Amino acid sequence: MGRSLKRWFPVFVLPLSLAFLIAFVIPFLFGIYLSFTRFTTVGDASFVGLSNYVTALTKDENFLRALWFTVKFTVVSVISVNVIAFLFALILTRGIRGTNLFRTVFFMPNLIGGIVLGYIWQLIINGVLLRFGVDITYDATYGFWGLVVLMNWQMIGYMMIIYIAGLQNIPPEMQEVAAIDGAGPLQILRHVTLPLVSSSITICTFLTLTNSFKLFDQNYALTGGAPGRESSMLALDIFDTFYGAVGSEGVGQAKAVLFFLIVAAIALVQLRISRKREVDV
Amino acid sequence: MKRRAANLLFFILMCVLAVIFVLPILIVLFNSFKGQFFIASAPFRLPTVDTFAGIRNYVAGIEKIGFFSALGYSFFITVTSVFLLVLLSAMTAWFLVRVKNRYTSALYYTFVFSMIVPFQMVMYTMSRMANLLGLENPVGIVVLYLGFGAGLSVFLFSGFVRSIPIAIEEAAQIDGCNPLTMFFRVIFPLLRPSAITVAVLNAMWIWNDYLLPYLVIGTRYKTLPVAVQYLQGGYGSRDMGALMAMLVLSILPIILFYALAQKYIIRGVVAGAVKG
Repeated sequence: MGRSLKRWFPVFVLPLSLAFLIAFVIPFLFGIYLSFTRFTTVGDASFVGLSNYVTALTKDENFLRALWFTVKFTVVSVISVNVIAFLFALILTRGIRGTNLFRTVFFMPNLIGGIVLGYIWQLIINGVLLRFGVDITYDATYGFWGLVVLMNWQMIGYMMIIYIAGLQNIPPEMQEVAAIDGAGPLQILRHVTLPLVSSSITICTFLTLTNSFKLFDQNYALTGGAPGRESSMLALDIFDTFYGAVGSEGVGQAKAVLFFLIVAAIALVQLRISRKREVDV
Repeated sequence: MKRRAANLLFFILMCVLAVIFVLPILIVLFNSFKGQFFIASAPFRLPTVDTFAGIRNYVAGIEKIGFFSALGYSFFITVTSVFLLVLLSAMTAWFLVRVKNRYTSALYYTFVFSMIVPFQMVMYTMSRMANLLGLENPVGIVVLYLGFGAGLSVFLFSGFVRSIPIAIEEAAQIDGCNPLTMFFRVIFPLLRPSAITVAVLNAMWIWNDYLLPYLVIGTRYKTLPVAVQYLQGGYGSRDMGALMAMLVLSILPIILFYALAQKYIIRGVVAGAVKG
């Protein structure tokens, strides 16, 4: 097929490749270039070397604060989402009544968009905080835990579905044999079940990790970074740097490149771990 | 016996948790029927005779954000982009897997690479590019979704194409199929399950996407998320009633779609996660 198919390049590959060139390749390369310039429009870019990066990492305290906020948020939500989702999955693979209905309900929030989710939780969290006479913009800690709750509500069902698929792949005999050998439920969980779902654990960990790290819509709608920019995560801080004030576009683009490098590093670690696992199995 | 008792306990626990999961949406729902000044001050109170606003919030919200045109734009952009993404990335993936040379593998790895690039990296330059090429309309933005969604879709399809036995294609070729008829008659039908995965993942992304439509077409054509965010308005001028009503109306199509295609959505999400 290869040889006769080759001539069909303009039909099969060209349309998508052109869109890819316009929407990704050129903007990506141009974005790297612009991070080394000062500009307000694409036309007036002047080369300034590394100064945007220096500004982003030293003079502009927002970036490092946002990075720290993002890291804390990511760690807390990765752990909480995965632990809770795994417990849900364990319960929902025991064959209790209504299992399908429960799965449907827990998964549903995942389909709702980030902006809408942000406003739903803003209403609820402000309603709770009302009793203490404050609202979510009073302190970045409220914004932080608000985001954690929101993220759990959104992601638990999704991860639960993946864990359920993993748990259902375990042959039941393995647990039965372990039980006959005298292992208690916790020992079975620790030495039989967990090792057998380790690939699901890797997948879910990295899915929550990248989703939490790149979060924008939820952050934007829930607190908008308030108070000040204290509850801004990285993506929101980059957005604010670009569009918040004229003249800082170059710094915004430099922050975006740094953001990309961190996300790429996470992806590389994930690739290595999953490659290694394929070899092991 | 012990297991049955435990299962009953778990059943009750799951019921409680299910209620907790649905509660946020119910709270928004009943608040959408309260007068706008009774919402922020007592969000957990059910509407009473005094606070009940009928469908006034819905009428106000629909008018303020132009709900039906926003729904129309969201629908048009999502359906068109998803349809073209599924078709074009299946074609591209098949070509890239079957025609092996330096250029096709370079192109393939560029597609894969684009998956790890966060949107903020190309946010500014992409919207400038759209500006330059006159893509700032509901048709033009489809090109951007094709380009930015290409990576994941081509990657997913490629994985499935590799599992198609080459013998099938050789047989079809002997029967006189040219590449185009072969693709539509033989390959694409075989890719159907993966096409569902690709369609579900892209539909969820594009329907809910905020930043891209906001930056590129937001001032003239508001999609649903952009329209909802627009209600936020300046401080003080925010109409809580209209906001609640519009939240309900934005969730409604998703719940309907979920009820109809639940099986495919969950299957698609699992297949996509395992591959990605």
